[in-house]
Amino acid sequence: MKGLKIIVLAKQVPDTRNVGKDAMKADGTVNRAVLPAIFNPEDLNALELALRVKDQIPGTIVTILTMGPGRAAEIIREGLYRGADGGILLTDRAFAGSDTLATSYALSQTIKEMGKFDLIIAGRQAIDGDTAQVGPQVAEKLGINQVTYVEEILQIEKSSIKARRRLDNGVETVKAPLPLLLTVNSSAPDCRSRNAKLLMKYKHARTVTERQDAAEDYLYLYDSRPFLNIQEMTVNEIQSTPEQLGLAGSPTKVKRIENVILQAKDAKRLTAADEGINDLMKELIESHVIG
Amino acid sequence: MANLYNDNKDLKFHLTHPMMQKLVMLKERNFTDKADFDYAPIDFEDAMDSYERVLEVVGEISGDIIAPNAESIDAEGPQVVDGRVIYARGTQENLDALIKAGLLGITLPRRFGGLNFPIVPYIMAADIVSRADAGFVNIWGLQDCAETLNEFASEEQKERWLTRVVQGETMAMDLTEPDAGSDLQAVQLKATWSESKGTWLLNGVKRFITNGDGDIALVLARSEEGTRDGRGLSMYVYDKRKGGVSVRRIEHKMGIIGSPTCELVFKDAPGELIGNRKMGLIKYVMALMNGARLGIAAQAVGISEAAYREALQYAKERAQFGKTIIHFPAVYEMLSVMKAKLDGSRTLLYETARFVDLYKTYQHISEERKLTTEERDEMKEYQKLADIFTPLVKGISSEYCNQNAYDAIQIHGGSGFMKDYAVERIYRDARITSIYEGTTQLQVVAAIRGVTTEGYLKQIRVYEKQDLRPDLEKYRRVLISLTWDFEEAAEKVINVGDTEFIDFHARRLVEMAGYIIMSYLLVLDANRDIEYSRSAQNFNKMAKGEVKARAEFIRASSLEDIGHYKY
Repeated sequence: MKGLKIIVLAKQVPDTRNVGKDAMKADGTVNRAVLPAIFNPEDLNALELALRVKDQIPGTIVTILTMGPGRAAEIIREGLYRGADGGILLTDRAFAGSDTLATSYALSQTIKEMGKFDLIIAGRQAIDGDTAQVGPQVAEKLGINQVTYVEEILQIEKSSIKARRRLDNGVETVKAPLPLLLTVNSSAPDCRSRNAKLLMKYKHARTVTERQDAAEDYLYLYDSRPFLNIQEMTVNEIQSTPEQLGLAGSPTKVKRIENVILQAKDAKRLTAADEGINDLMKELIESHVIG
Repeated sequence: MANLYNDNKDLKFHLTHPMMQKLVMLKERNFTDKADFDYAPIDFEDAMDSYERVLEVVGEISGDIIAPNAESIDAEGPQVVDGRVIYARGTQENLDALIKAGLLGITLPRRFGGLNFPIVPYIMAADIVSRADAGFVNIWGLQDCAETLNEFASEEQKERWLTRVVQGETMAMDLTEPDAGSDLQAVQLKATWSESKGTWLLNGVKRFITNGDGDIALVLARSEEGTRDGRGLSMYVYDKRKGGVSVRRIEHKMGIIGSPTCELVFKDAPGELIGNRKMGLIKYVMALMNGARLGIAAQAVGISEAAYREALQYAKERAQFGKTIIHFPAVYEMLSVMKAKLDGSRTLLYETARFVDLYKTYQHISEERKLTTEERDEMKEYQKLADIFTPLVKGISSEYCNQNAYDAIQIHGGSGFMKDYAVERIYRDARITSIYEGTTQLQVVAAIRGVTTEGYLKQIRVYEKQDLRPDLEKYRRVLISLTWDFEEAAEKVINVGDTEFIDFHARRLVEMAGYIIMSYLLVLDANRDIEYSRSAQNFNKMAKGEVKARAEFIRASSLEDIGHYKY
């Protein structure tokens, strides 16, 4: 079978999994300075599914597409270390302040410039917004099919894919024609580690902007090793209408942000016997905490 | 979980030892590989950066996958089904993760697909993986065997075998037999040349073979019919794909349960001769064992690290008599001594790894071009040091890891005796380190040459001459005095002129040298980084007591004494 062209949508996010007390600023926005920037976890699951297709079908090309500030090039390097073939950083001030609608518009317009593709794989949602909207919106804007909440690709045929979806109350197996967009759950396999050789091969990979900004010792390498160039795209390289970009293209308005503090109110002591556990289970089921 | 490289700054400290510059320049032949391999380093800084990044990957896999799997592997263990080994689920998962990360064949040349790393970062990877799961490290660490192939096999053989190792095929070294354990000269497994099949055929039984069902095995076999000693043995490589070897059973062990220890039956198993006939034991196995011994030393240091960390954490959390137990002298002294032993054995481990690295690298260079007289002298010097430091570090670090595991349980009190805490497994895993790849007693037999030929003394003099910060001078004064004790004791024992008297005191003498050397190394570490002052001080105090005690024992000992011990 011929290799597939796969685009993985990935996002650099603040690590909200281990937030300290200074994670939010006084005005209710995320304090990005104290949270390390990481590869959005479910996007790593998405990358793993793409790399498994590549393992299975030789000739498959996996390209990472990420939108973000210059430092988001790190996401592309992380992808290259794990086996991706290349990446594009979509970066421009014009994209600043994008909500999910403006983001999916910018991404889909970029994908149109990237040529023919078979599969787009994205994480279900990013941990900084938890909207789960960008993937489905990209599919809509490109006019292709989508399968959400995927945890495993079961079968790849010439013009279709069979995948298993993980839903609240079970699993569902679906078959959909290519080209196709998948969003991937965290129940999918964890992404493989960085590979030692790829890590050493790509560690000097930089975007043009990074090369200009940094006092880089290995500048002379970029001519003889073209794979070290990370492609950067700006608003000028895609077809777009300014009203649909960035803040202007973002109808989402944040009305109010509040801190929710979860507090234990009263404690309950159980007898350490089957009886005590039974009572607790009954109570939890009755109050719909479980079940 | 934590990244087991990043959360332990001792590793970076040893990785960035000043001697690395010279070592890396030699290992990389002035960075000539960069023209042919896109992952080869550009210069020294680039190489060091690569080692560190790759060790971060090792640390991540160890923290996220290997350490969390350790408990279930210990409970589940491997099985034998139809003569084949099935690893515990977690073992296979660990191995797959390391293979995908390209962490097999770390030290092998790039032309075979290896990473061409020096031994120092490889040993560091073993140190990290051992802390996560000492039982698992054996399976992954058997890539050491490939180093022996790289040293002695023909170019054509290397091409065939080494490329498979870097793809993730596991290895085994099939040496011991029911009647040939420590005494490998007694190996009986027969190798006969079959004219009709055009291959050597191996027949017999091997026992206590770690990862005995590995894909590629190095086999020590008797090729010279009618011989009885080591000179009749040759080394073969066996390919599991060819068949002929079955696993009769796996041992039920006290520790390192995830590592399958196999009894193997060879029935006309085809073997390929490595190097020259009759050199199997005297040359190739010796090289193999030296590499393996350094690996066990790394395993022991990793176990010490795990034991120390478990004990420290418990002591900080456990409250009795109104305060956490770390505030009681009996406990904090124990912890500080554990740390001093850990730091002492680790600094000795990396010093030894550098010696081995330098000598092996010169040896490989000598196959490409003629060494200058200066280089050849240096190679011989490092080889001598590697030969006497390897048994020293294997012996001492394995004894220390047992002591640290023992103390870690002691600090846990009754809880440590329960299966609920990791120290219990660490304690069982530690126990083998002072037994396999040569017991501590056999390490002493190899190391005593360092005493009788004054090899240790010579190196002690090198350390003695180093520049030190004024605050560290006091330790040097102590060590100069201890060196007198050591010299006097060695002289006395040797002058008696009786080999049994030397054997009787050998362990004492080797340990005296060990204490002085580790104490010097820790003082030099403290000179490079003030963080090590505490261990330098604590170890120095311990060394003084231990060396003086042995000196007194020897001073008061005469040949007649032995009679009171004999049976």
